[in-house]
This record gives sequence, C-alpha cells and structure tokens, in this order.
Amino acid sequence: MKPAPFRYHRPATPAEAWETLAADPGAKVLAGGQSLVPLLSMRLASPPALVDINAVAGLDAIEIRDDGVHVGALVRHADLLASPEAGKVQPLLARALVHVAHPTIRNRGTSVGSLVHADSAAELPAVLALLGGSVVAGSVRGTRTVPAEQLFVGPLESSLRPDELALGAVFPALPEGAGVAFGEVARRHGDYALCGVAALVHGDTVKASYLSVSDVPTVVDLTGVPEEELGDVALQHLDPVGDIHATADYRAQLVRVLTKKVVRQARLDRLDDREAR
Amino acid sequence: MTEELHQVTLSVNGVAHEVTVPARRLLSDALRHDLGLTGTHVGCEHGVCGACTVLLDGRPTRACLMFAVTAQGAAITTVEGLAEPDGSLGPVQQAFAECHGLQCGFCTPGFLTTITAGLRDNPTPTHEEAREMVSGNLCRCTGYQNIVKAVERAAELGRTAKDAS
Repeated sequence: MKPAPFRYHRPATPAEAWETLAADPGAKVLAGGQSLVPLLSMRLASPPALVDINAVAGLDAIEIRDDGVHVGALVRHADLLASPEAGKVQPLLARALVHVAHPTIRNRGTSVGSLVHADSAAELPAVLALLGGSVVAGSVRGTRTVPAEQLFVGPLESSLRPDELALGAVFPALPEGAGVAFGEVARRHGDYALCGVAALVHGDTVKASYLSVSDVPTVVDLTGVPEEELGDVALQHLDPVGDIHATADYRAQLVRVLTKKVVRQARLDRLDDREAR
Repeated sequence: MTEELHQVTLSVNGVAHEVTVPARRLLSDALRHDLGLTGTHVGCEHGVCGACTVLLDGRPTRACLMFAVTAQGAAITTVEGLAEPDGSLGPVQQAFAECHGLQCGFCTPGFLTTITAGLRDNPTPTHEEAREMVSGNLCRCTGYQNIVKAVERAAELGRTAKDAS
C-alpha cells in the first residue's frame, strides 16, 4: 500500500504548472489528493510525475460574479460548503456538498478536482452538468472554457488534455423563481451513493441529473412528464448496473423513488423562494 | 535508479522537524517512521478508517491521503499534541477515559484529533451533531455509544474549563 516512485514538482504559478505538465509528459496534477492518493497507494495508477499545485498562488478564491459562482482549483469542498455567498447564489452547491464523503475528506478534497476526476458516482459532476456550468483549463497553448456537456466523456475520463491544468469552475447562479434540490441513498453515511439525483425546476422546465446510475453524469429533461412517470422516463436515459453494493433493479427503483422525491422538493423550493420574496 | 529525495520542514505540535524523504512518503509514514511519532495510527491506508487523522492547520485531515512533501509549511497537530502542557490529559482524552470510549485503542488517535477540532468549531453539539462529528471514523470494538458519550462529556469539560478561567 505504498505509491510507486514518481518525480515531484511543486510550481508556484499556473504558468509554471502547465509548463511543467508540458515538459514532463504523463505527469498528473495533485490538488486535494483524496481520490488520487488512494489510486497511487493501491497502484491502480503510477504516473511518472506529479505536479503538486497546492503552492500555486491565486487558485483558492470563491468569487461571486454576474454569471455565478467561480471556484478556484484549490478551493476545498469544506470552504465552498461554508461560503454563505456561494450558498445564496447557487443553493444546490451546499445541498450536494454535504453528501460528499465525510467532513475530514471535504477539508482536503477540492471541488474542481472532483469535477475533473469525472467520477460519475460523485456529486459535483452531476451538479455542474445539471446547471450547465463549465471548467476553465490552462496550458502552454492558452486558456479555454470547457462546458460541462463536453467535459465528461467516459467513466473517470474528462476531456481535459494531459497537459492541461483545471484552473477553476463556474457554477451558474440560480435564476430567479427557479428551485433546486438534491437527494441520494448510500449504504453508510458518507459512502458513495447507490443512486443520487439533483433536480432543477424553472418555469415549466424540469431537469434532473444523476449519479451512480450511468457512466457519465447524465442530465434528463423531464419537462411535462407526469409525476408518476418521472422515474421511468428518466430510466430510459440511464444504465443502472449491479455490483456488490446494490443490484441493478434496486438502483432502478432508487431512480424512481428519488426522482419523484427530489423533483417535488425542487418544486417546493421554487415556491418557498416565491414566498420569501 | 536512486530515488530523488526532498528536504521538507514539517511543523508538528509546534516543533519544526527537518526530514529528507522521497516524494512518495505518505505524511502518516513520515510522522511515524521519520519522526518517531507513533501516536498517529495507520489502519486502512486509503482514507476510509480515519485512524491516521491529524490536524492540518487546525482541520482534521487524513495523514495517509497526503504526501509529506505537500505538508511543507502547514502546522500539523498529532495526538501527541493534544495533552495539556503539564502532560496531563486534554479534555477529549479525559472524556474518553471517563466514558470508556476505547477498548483496543487503535482507532482512538483519529477520534481524539477529529473531536478536538469538532468541539472547537461547535462547543455545544447536539446528540445528532456529536454522532455526525465522528461519522468519518471507524471503531471495531466499542459500538460507538461510549465514543458519542465521550464527545458530549468532552464538551461539558470544555465548558467547565471555560467557566473556571
């Protein structure tokens, strides 16, 4: 249970980081390490080099701008969860973040790292996909914005190129009069969800995003679907599989139950919002 | 190929230590093997059990999910740093002793560090909050009831100490 040897780089600026990534092919970025270090320890991954971005200046800010919440690559889950401004602009963030592992993991793990790790069993990729957010990536070629629908391309696979560094992510603000909700079922508190659902209701539009029941975070448009049929319509776009934690049938049942429940919560959230104004 | 070594200054319990380690040295191993601070226990080594939890700049963090080289510049507190300056038990340690919050004791260092930070952030936890506080740490002996009691007792001891001062 010890990682294989690797070259270690500790850049101080984003430019230095992506120059290092370009100069040392195969290098992986180390931020919070809460998923990467176990992969290294179990030798499921043994990259030749790590680029530790924890000393890179200017990546730890949470900024509220007109288009939403901008989260730097070194913002820990715990910081984003504790930010009252972020919670006000996009309440779905905090509602999902409380389900991310345990507080101790959230203290170190980064929100942007979770996005580019692209685990379809993780909460934040599903949230970014639902909200239509994006990730900003930098490399020696410059910076570019990658929309969520182009970011998640396969299981644990993002569309970032090997020499690109994720600099931050943008979670769009909740539009006025819209409602959001999040729910998941896990075997034990803090474990990976057997199934999770994030929902957004805005005007007549109803959308739900799923974790743990597809290869990549999947957003399903449920606009106009009667409540009793929500889960079955969603399942046409999902692919729940069985493993030691749950059977495929059980996961499908969780899709039905959670979709109905979470969409209803999102509708109520919209009403609450209206009453508050 | 000889592995490249890195000079790292680890600030542990207020004392700066120079260590020379390969980049792949886990913080948990650096604490135990390089510094001889064996209070930090290593259970699962992949972030699940919580036995290796230390405080990194005051926040509970898994020492097995960090490399020592990354901890450069951070203030680390291990279980050895939780005793009072005179060597007597700190309030969380005292509460564990009073409430029989441990049996074999293997998981205890991780609980003590986690609860120390938890009560600093929330000195008056409800029963539910006390359970939530320790939900990321595994104990195979106690069944957790006495650990939750110890959280509540430690909160009480903390309040008493505050009133007295």
